Amino acid sequence: MATSNTGVEVRLPSAPRGRGLRLGGTRGVDLIAKMLTLVAAVSVLLVTVWLVIELWEQSELSRHAFGFRFLLDRAWDPVFGHFGAMPFVYGTLVTSAVAMLIAIPLGVGAAIFLAELAPRGLSDTLTFLIELLAAVPSVVLGLVGIFVVVPWVRTSFGPFLKDIFGFLPLFQGPIYGVGFLTAGLVLAIMVLPFIVSISREVLLSVPNDLREGALALGSTHWESTWKVVVPTAGTGILGSIFLGLARALGETMAVSMVIGGTPQIAASLFAPGYSIASVIADQFAEATGDLFRQSLVELGLVLFGITVLLHAVARLLVNTTARKAKGAA
Amino acid sequence: MSATDAARLDVTQNLNPEKAQETAAVPEAGRNQPAVKIKARNVDFFYGPKQVLQGISADIRERRITALIGPSGCGKTTFLRTINRMYETVKNARADGELLLDSESIFDLALPHLRRRVGMVFQKPNPFPKSIFDNVAYGPRVHGLANGARLAELVEQSLRGAALWEEVKDSLHKSAFSLSGGQQQRLSIARALAIDPEVLLLDEPCSALDPISTAKIEELLFAIENRCTLVIVTHNMAQAARVADYTGFFLTGKLVEFNDTKTIFTNPSRKETEDYITGRFG
Amino acid sequence: MNRLTWRKMVNAVMSSVTALCALIAVVPLLFVLGLLVVKGTSSLNWAFFTKLPVPVGETGGGIANAIVGSAELLLLAALFGVPLGVAGGIYLSEFGGWGVPFVVRYAADLLVTVPSIVIGIFAYAVVVLPVGHFSALAGGFALGVMLLPIVVTNTEQFLRTVPVWLREGSLALGAGHWKTTMSVVVPAAMQGILTGILLALARVAGETAPLIFTAFNNAYWNRGLNQPVSSLPYMIWIYGISAYDDWHRQAWAAALLLLGLVLVVNVLSRLVLARRMASRRIA
Repeated sequence: MATSNTGVEVRLPSAPRGRGLRLGGTRGVDLIAKMLTLVAAVSVLLVTVWLVIELWEQSELSRHAFGFRFLLDRAWDPVFGHFGAMPFVYGTLVTSAVAMLIAIPLGVGAAIFLAELAPRGLSDTLTFLIELLAAVPSVVLGLVGIFVVVPWVRTSFGPFLKDIFGFLPLFQGPIYGVGFLTAGLVLAIMVLPFIVSISREVLLSVPNDLREGALALGSTHWESTWKVVVPTAGTGILGSIFLGLARALGETMAVSMVIGGTPQIAASLFAPGYSIASVIADQFAEATGDLFRQSLVELGLVLFGITVLLHAVARLLVNTTARKAKGAA
Repeated sequence: MSATDAARLDVTQNLNPEKAQETAAVPEAGRNQPAVKIKARNVDFFYGPKQVLQGISADIRERRITALIGPSGCGKTTFLRTINRMYETVKNARADGELLLDSESIFDLALPHLRRRVGMVFQKPNPFPKSIFDNVAYGPRVHGLANGARLAELVEQSLRGAALWEEVKDSLHKSAFSLSGGQQQRLSIARALAIDPEVLLLDEPCSALDPISTAKIEELLFAIENRCTLVIVTHNMAQAARVADYTGFFLTGKLVEFNDTKTIFTNPSRKETEDYITGRFG
Repeated sequence: MNRLTWRKMVNAVMSSVTALCALIAVVPLLFVLGLLVVKGTSSLNWAFFTKLPVPVGETGGGIANAIVGSAELLLLAALFGVPLGVAGGIYLSEFGGWGVPFVVRYAADLLVTVPSIVIGIFAYAVVVLPVGHFSALAGGFALGVMLLPIVVTNTEQFLRTVPVWLREGSLALGAGHWKTTMSVVVPAAMQGILTGILLALARVAGETAPLIFTAFNNAYWNRGLNQPVSSLPYMIWIYGISAYDDWHRQAWAAALLLLGLVLVVNVLSRLVLARRMASRRIA
């Protein structure tokens, strides 16, 4: 705003100078409060960065001693100070694969029923119970694993699989009860609630006119669900699977209690093995010597890296669906 | 009688006879207008690159009721929120031009000070999640105006001022949510009155209320009028005609016409105003 | 069989199959709960809650030190995670612009996903290594690091449900930003924030992995924050993988206690939150 010398105000057509953006925060108290809460918020970021730095620095010896071979080396020999991650990476991948193989069809099926087919009241009750399963502490499931799942696999489920699929290397050899298969079964129970809960959310976010459109064309309920709703929610369901997988890979206690604690790569699912998280849990507190301990930290670093990657992909997938659904609605 | 005349008559019947006399009985030339409380000159308003108010100029008179009318989205609420700089909570919102409270620019006043002098009542009743007493005492406490017995007295006065005292005097420490919608809105008015504002802005204060509650609030406005300047945004023309001394008509971000209420409703000088009040659009 | 009958049959079969999936998904919770009740209830006696563990070979004793230890660790975690988390959540919801909140939200989301064993390594590196021995402080710090991102996210979400018009009511009375936040916005969201904190505590209460090489274990009462301390989940783990029947018996009882506490908090919190959502919808 300018005033001409006659006293008449002249309005300038150009963009006005800013009088906005001054929120209530000009006062001292508000500024101090903003700064203090900012520090608190940033602390989350700092802790995350600090964590990465510590993992990196605390694994220096191991990284220098073994380089990238660490990932592919099959030996784990504390006595001779020779460490390789391969058996643990293998165990982590195999147990997670078994878990996902069981949990994906079961979880997605349950989510479809809960989101599309079940009456609202029943759906809410079942979802509530399934989500509660996620609250059960890992160590409690591990306990049940030791005393129920392990004997069951040894005496019934294992022999049953061996009878039918015994011609496959996957189901050969002695059945100990503990091992990859048992760990996978327990893991499946742990990731199931994640897949069900998120997939259901994603399915529910699919706009109703798509369903009605399909039904109006004479589709059965199932056809509208399977051919229209599920493909629309596909990316989001995939995201829920990745989140479940990220959890499976990092799961520690329940796995460590039933996997058998043997650093080996074996074709048979009945064989005992080890996973990254469970070897850290078992050996870290008693690790003698810096190289031993730092190798375990490097395993932690590997685990962290895998989780970050999976998490990023999962978020991207879930968010994409959420945006798409919002756009369509 | 043409349809237009009929429609006009319909609205004019709502004109408050006392009010009409007050402004119209005085001959135009010698009219002794009250002092200007808020003076707007060429006020522009932007949300980011989008301009929503263009060159608003108006004189809002002291201790009178001024109504702002117009179709939704025309900028009347934005103008109201400019007066107490409430718009600053919105990112990228900018106001420009001259806007004086008495003779000071509202842009130069400290925000707490400005909002102490210019109170606001919102479209939806917005009681805080506190007791009735604490709701009314909120403003005085913020500004350190009173405490103890003096505060209790102030709360009582404010509730009486909002015609709510008799209904709530025995339940001052109950949650404000226990009140009905109309009572909640009067509580909002009491809360605003408790800091003794010079100007009270009301943003469609009755739009969420039933006719009986609306009537109570309108009555209340006449009572408050002699202690502060009132600016009310309403989309209800009958309400504007009933309560306001002055009326401004907004259309697509411009103040098309601003005059005493009787003139606006009986003899508007602009075609758009006439179209609007006779219901041809909006 | 004509095509329509076939399609109707597929519809019926697939509906049943997915319903079966949902039922199977519910079974583990009910099974675990039932099993713990059967195996654990008989050992939940006075000694269990009040006595220290007895040496191997003797029967009896209790896990009082682990119960107190868990409470101690949770308190430490809350002292670290709650103030920082709530303040951070307030920043994200009330003061944040675009850049910082975006990055912080991502970091919080990531930190929640980091395997708890890795959090344990972190706490070991920053607390145990410099001090030279395991301690309650290290365990509390590890759990606090897990608590922090959950509390930040929850607090922000609940503050965001507070309607704009409530904030404006306070601002319009001339109250400042901080005053408005503390006396109107936070109280309006308080129930949700507290429930969220309780849920977060219930979640970290069951964590074992971050405690194994931070808080470690202690067969006796904890003698200070600088000393190792026992905890319920750690006890369940050690007793569960041991070779002694009496320890197994106590592991079941401890698991029942832990799961019971966790589930009670979860069920109550969810009911409170559901009611809150419902009342919001009406209003």
